Amino acid sequence: MASIEQRFTLLVPSSTQNLALIRDFVTNVGFQAGLGDDDVAKLELAVDEACTNVIEHAHRNDLSKDVVVRATFDERTLRIEVVDTGEGFDPSKVPQETLEKLVANHRSGGLGLRVMKSLMDEVSYEIVPGDRNRLRMVKKLRKEV
Amino acid sequence: MPHPFVVQRSDDGDLSVLSLEGYLDAHTAPQFEKAIQDEIDAGRVRLIVDGAQLKYISSAGLGVFMSFIEEIRDKGGDIKICSLVPKVRQIFDILGFHAIYDMVESRPAAVQRFAEVPTREV
Repeated sequence: MASIEQRFTLLVPSSTQNLALIRDFVTNVGFQAGLGDDDVAKLELAVDEACTNVIEHAHRNDLSKDVVVRATFDERTLRIEVVDTGEGFDPSKVPQETLEKLVANHRSGGLGLRVMKSLMDEVSYEIVPGDRNRLRMVKKLRKEV
Repeated sequence: MPHPFVVQRSDDGDLSVLSLEGYLDAHTAPQFEKAIQDEIDAGRVRLIVDGAQLKYISSAGLGVFMSFIEEIRDKGGDIKICSLVPKVRQIFDILGFHAIYDMVESRPAAVQRFAEVPTREV
């Protein structure tokens, strides 16, 4: 029997002030999808990292732009999309240097993607020039039969 | 409504203690940045960051630790991190912070750690 897919969308102005609201949104969706406390915490942080990248790098803190977070789940997976209309900031293009090297170079860039990849089962990025950019993340739900 | 974040400052002998409370993310990281900068400006570079009341941290908060550590150690000081709750500690561990920072269970253990290792190489 095909499982029913449930979809949720949040659209907020592009400001770090709204990170709390975004976290509350994905936390609620995560619990509704059946994730436990630990996985919800991971989801919350991964989405925070994705949206922070959009707000600070793609949109350069431009409040007139929107951040869109879409969450979809069925019985097997929870999928998150973070969509922006900014400059096409691809976090995977940020060099993944060691922590020691980042400290030595006075840089903290690239930590967000490292966190996302550690916490989610899949992370991918798509840039459609002149249109929009979309970061996709997948969390598998533990409902194996 | 943003999630709240507060930094409280206190002294423990010649050590400065910054107690973090609430949510440390890209929105609140500048507050933490300023608190550390104020300590450096006042010549206080032996810092304990007490995370007992810290509920949440993202990489923006972790970036603050990273951006100051070299300067602080160059001045002969250090940042010792203590009392993190498991949810927060997990993020420090994922990024390998234990290789660079002393992270201990309690504030007395952080004081003790300063007595043993006043500073470290970056």
